[in-house]
Amino acid sequence: MSSIIEIAGVSKSFGGVKANTDISLTVEEGGITGLIGPNGSGKTTLFNSIVGYHPIDGGSIKFEGQEISKLLVPEIARLGLLRTFQQTRIYSAMNCMENMLISIPHRKLTLRDAFRKNTVEDNEKAEHLLEFVGLSEKRFLRAGSLSFGQQKLLEFAMALMNEPTVLLLDEPTAGINPTLINGLIDRLLRANSEFGITLFIIEHNMRVIMNMAEEIYCLAHGELLASGSPAEIQNDQRVVDAYLGAH
Amino acid sequence: MTRKFYINTALLILTILAPFIFPVWKTQLATLWLFIIVALTWDMTGGQMGYNSLGNIFFYGTGMYVCAIIAIGMYFPFGEWTDASRSETWKFTDSQYFTGLILGSLGAGVFCALCAYILGGLFFGLRGPYFAIGTLGLAIATGEIVSNIDWLGGGQGVSMPIYNGDFETFKNIIYYLFAGLGVSLFIFLNWFYKTRFGAAINAIRDDEEKAEAMGIHTLRYKLITWSISAFFIGVAGAISAFQLIHFEPLETAYQTINLGIFMVVCVLLGGKGTLWGPVIGAFMFHVFKEVTWNYFLGWQWVALGALIVVIVVFFQDGLMGYLQTRFPEWFGIKVVDKDEKEIIAEPAE
Ligand SMILES: Nc1ncnc2c1ncn2[C@@H]1O[C@H](COP(=O)(O)OP(=O)(O)O)[C@@H](O)[C@H]1O
Ligand SMILES: [Mg+2]
Repeated sequence: MSSIIEIAGVSKSFGGVKANTDISLTVEEGGITGLIGPNGSGKTTLFNSIVGYHPIDGGSIKFEGQEISKLLVPEIARLGLLRTFQQTRIYSAMNCMENMLISIPHRKLTLRDAFRKNTVEDNEKAEHLLEFVGLSEKRFLRAGSLSFGQQKLLEFAMALMNEPTVLLLDEPTAGINPTLINGLIDRLLRANSEFGITLFIIEHNMRVIMNMAEEIYCLAHGELLASGSPAEIQNDQRVVDAYLGAH
Repeated sequence: MTRKFYINTALLILTILAPFIFPVWKTQLATLWLFIIVALTWDMTGGQMGYNSLGNIFFYGTGMYVCAIIAIGMYFPFGEWTDASRSETWKFTDSQYFTGLILGSLGAGVFCALCAYILGGLFFGLRGPYFAIGTLGLAIATGEIVSNIDWLGGGQGVSMPIYNGDFETFKNIIYYLFAGLGVSLFIFLNWFYKTRFGAAINAIRDDEEKAEAMGIHTLRYKLITWSISAFFIGVAGAISAFQLIHFEPLETAYQTINLGIFMVVCVLLGGKGTLWGPVIGAFMFHVFKEVTWNYFLGWQWVALGALIVVIVVFFQDGLMGYLQTRFPEWFGIKVVDKDEKEIIAEPAE
């Protein structure tokens, strides 16, 4: 396996708040990598830096060997590096199918293609993925009328529709009904194993991430505290202290 | 053949026959089409893309001037034509008149589309109210600048070529130009909103940051949409120039307070972000305006102000929006059953 994302010495501060300090980590191609840490430890900030949401103060971010820290958000997304949002973002006035169809891979979409209607294959793929996340019956409902958990599933399906190489998921299980979490974990695993998408997941729920990730990084106060296999992380005293100290 | 087909065909026939069925209303009907055009074009960015421009009148005024420069400049020195001290009158032959009308209108449309593409790079950096005020500033400033350029006729404005034939034929020509432009625009939008492009601008309206994060070429779609919109407004301005025969920079061309606001009111009345909303809104507004301007003269601006307040406070979604919430099944919109339970997300096979 080789690294698909390489982060070296990345720092980001907001005014006086040092959200990320000199962070270096790698994400292995084809695997599932976890990012944990107490609230406010800088996890979302690191995701935002990777996808070009804000300029970083220093360091380097490489995707498939290419430096991307100067690229714009849509350009990075079109390279195949996609993210979902912690607060869940969907197009609320459009229905689920429309949300899916506009999420086709835009790196392949020329201007001429944009002036066409969606193909039968696009529709089939959208329906298939909505079925995959269990939203088939809701496909003609306005996305804004879905529950928070359903919106999260829709956002995940939209990300799959986009055929990314790497998917960054910001707390995919937060706010989801606990009875649905196992179903979601199963789908995340299948997105990785069947669709071959590399996953980089921020997760607050330790049980979830320990069961999925092969490699876990732990942030605390904006710094990289520890890294290793789930077993190593679980037994790392610094990680335990950080979590206990936080709350 | 569907019911929709019959309705559309009937409306098209009505459009074609209207000047003969209602000969005394020819001018009003032409104005109705102008309102439909500016409302539909405003809604392309305002309703469908979420960018509320208050300065689209810029393209209307610019269309008038560009059309005049082309139509007149092809046959006579434009600077001498607009010179106020000039006493002689140049006459246009029929072929000069019509070539000027056609090439002037097309040139106006293309020039306005280019303006939108270039200005868009600047203005699409602005969001929400800043975009609205920024575009309004553009229209106001341009009107002032133009009224100070002697070559463009200064504050006096420009007199357009006069048609040699009789006045009724002239009114028919103007009506069919506006109607033809309006019908073309409507047919174009009916198709455009069903393409991926149409979906992309809806996505920008709903959540532009999400659209960017999904890799949508947001800037490209915004620039092209505004350019197409500007093309149609520019052509409409050109036809207006020929219709009015004489136009002034502030009162007619860059009339921010009149047509510049009317187009927004039409869309709000009919319903933002729908295909028929701007059309129905333009009709409603035109009737409202004819009644108030004719029967409540002196109070017409008060009535208009009151109308705006009522829409904004009570009917923000306009007539179509009201109907869509009230009778969603008419529009194929599905909403959740209130007592439905959260779906259990079992993995699919
Ligand atoms: N846009 C921003 N402006 C100012 N401060 C921010 C911004 N984004 C994050 N922060 C701050 O950076 C720190 C890390 O936040 P975040 O990355 O959201 O943490 P996490 O996702 O780990 O909970 C917090 O102190 C937060 O208040
Ligand atoms: Mg976070």
